[in-house]
Amino acid sequence: MKQARPNPVSRPVSRLPASQLSVVQKAIEEHRSRLGPLLPILHAVQDALGYIPADAVPTIAYELNRTRAEVHGVISFYHDFRTAPAGQHIVRICRAEACQARGARELEAHAKQTLGVNFGETTADGTITLEAVYCLGNCGCGPSVLVDTDELHAKVTAERFDVLVNKVREITS
Amino acid sequence: MTDPLKIHISGDASACALGADATAHAVMVEAEQRGVEIEVVRSGSRGMFWLEPLLEVVTATGRVGYGPIGAADVAGLFDADFGNGGAHALRVGRVEEIPFFKNQDRLSFARVGITDPLSVADYLAHDGFRGLDRALSISPAAIVVAVTESGLRGRGGAAFPTGRKWKTVQDTVAEQKYIVCNADEGDSGTFSDRLLMEGDPLCLIEGITIAGIAVGATQGYIYLRSEYPHAQRALNAAIANAYAEGYLGADVCGSGQHFDLEVRLGAGAYICGEETSMLDSLEGKRGQVRAKPPLPAIRGLFGQPTVINNVISFASVPIIMAKGATFYHDYGVGRSRGTLPIQLAGNLQHTGLVEKSFGVTLRELLYDYGGGSLSGRPLRAVQVGGPLGAYLPEAQFDTPLDYEAFAAIGAMLGHGGIIAFDDTVDMLEQARYAMEFCAIESCGKCTPCRIGSVRGIEVIDRIHHGIESDKNFALLNDLCQTMRGGSLCALGGLTPDPVRSALQYFPEDFAMPTSPVTA
Repeated sequence: MKQARPNPVSRPVSRLPASQLSVVQKAIEEHRSRLGPLLPILHAVQDALGYIPADAVPTIAYELNRTRAEVHGVISFYHDFRTAPAGQHIVRICRAEACQARGARELEAHAKQTLGVNFGETTADGTITLEAVYCLGNCGCGPSVLVDTDELHAKVTAERFDVLVNKVREITS
Repeated sequence: MTDPLKIHISGDASACALGADATAHAVMVEAEQRGVEIEVVRSGSRGMFWLEPLLEVVTATGRVGYGPIGAADVAGLFDADFGNGGAHALRVGRVEEIPFFKNQDRLSFARVGITDPLSVADYLAHDGFRGLDRALSISPAAIVVAVTESGLRGRGGAAFPTGRKWKTVQDTVAEQKYIVCNADEGDSGTFSDRLLMEGDPLCLIEGITIAGIAVGATQGYIYLRSEYPHAQRALNAAIANAYAEGYLGADVCGSGQHFDLEVRLGAGAYICGEETSMLDSLEGKRGQVRAKPPLPAIRGLFGQPTVINNVISFASVPIIMAKGATFYHDYGVGRSRGTLPIQLAGNLQHTGLVEKSFGVTLRELLYDYGGGSLSGRPLRAVQVGGPLGAYLPEAQFDTPLDYEAFAAIGAMLGHGGIIAFDDTVDMLEQARYAMEFCAIESCGKCTPCRIGSVRGIEVIDRIHHGIESDKNFALLNDLCQTMRGGSLCALGGLTPDPVRSALQYFPEDFAMPTSPVTA
């Protein structure tokens, strides 16, 4: 199981700002003793910083004895991980079949039009990043929308979506 | 002094999405203002979503329900003396007597919606940990025999006999073995894992622990999708409580057996519900499919023998152990034994969870339980078994839910999700979406899935625009065949099912007004 160290032998000098570097180091220390620590570390970094800076990769790779390419490959594989900051809030619309059967296709079109963005993009005012999600487990009560990580909404019509978005913007401003 | 009024309001994610938190808050505020002593329990959901937020009050004659109760309805409930089951426009009577609920066979879900999900005491008071007690009193071999004889097959979708899988791991000699619970419930239209994890997490913990003891594994992981933050909180809290009460850890129930359990979070990749991708993901890699063999039961997580089962498979084990293999085996038909937690989703009036013996027909589920379409329009198609499941027309609605009966019509039960569509559905769009979803979620390891799905979208688009239709239909068929036969796993292998069934049963949606354009 033990791999030859593929990285430079000395600890890389991080280009991360000190505040971000300490977050990354803390995440590594917290999880490195677990089996398969990479995903827990990446989650911890993203939870704290909102994204995983590219400059975090050499440090994580060095500490876990993995190549930078491997760590980069893992980050890029998973839809959840982002390498740049999102808007202040993330609004995810479920695109999957059960929500489609209850009007999600119409909701998707309405959301893109009113926000003026496509999936994966952030509104001009920087408040909302719109994302697609494939099932939130709320299939009996769709269309479903998740605001940020935890705020699930059911039966979201176009009108309810607008109310929701206004609320999100109020909190922000 | 009288006992406080005991009220149950679901803390389930779907109930909360429908306003249960606000309702619970309003109940507390109102009770305080009126000087009424109350105790509010945030239980799981009964799985009757059209009644959520469902408020249940414990009365001398059982639990009386009111629903759906928004925060604005709460004052009226107090006025109606709901504490004594008083009359109210939203009163639904005794919850257990509601036909949708009454006519179920709740085995795995026996406690969901009834108990406080996190309370070990409440769990014990409702027959909890009896399966584990029994398992600790017999030999590991006898546990595996019981699971085998119950006829339990993997509820994640592949329907592989659970006992046989456990036997393989049991028989494989290794220093370290693992249990992995697949809680990456990514199929659209399915939410039974989530309901159980939020509504009765201790049942899952018990089932996984029994598996560990049976095969000699000391470490278990629950691989949970990141889209389920409610379930994550419930599981972590329940695991902590189980440790505190000695049901997990170095000495499970004083038996000297060691078993640790931990929740690991996915990161938004559908493919990680495929068992070998999940293993790679747990190991900290890209979630790419492994070639089989070796089977995970022989070389799984970190190369060690690993039992991988779905949430519902594990949650079925405690009752099998507690009441015996025969008890469980007596439910069901043919080779599909026991019960299946069926999820009614999409365009139905009464969506929710129906745990029922195998053998119930689609029609009964859609109309007797589901109440027909939500929109009031005729139901035209149902998709069973998630995004890789076939679309079935009305003519197939009399098919019984049974693994073999579904296989016989080229469909699959999968994880038991049923999505209903009314007659406004465009089946060409649904076929295109199936390919699109595959393209988005493909792990990229094998070509038929990675490239085939993209070509599939293009071919369907050409058919849509009437470009060389005949040629492109032939090409689509050929492509489906290649994906089916040449893909490493079920994602590429089964994506053709929704596409082909849409073509087979709903050809009118693919027919273009003549005058084919030459590309």
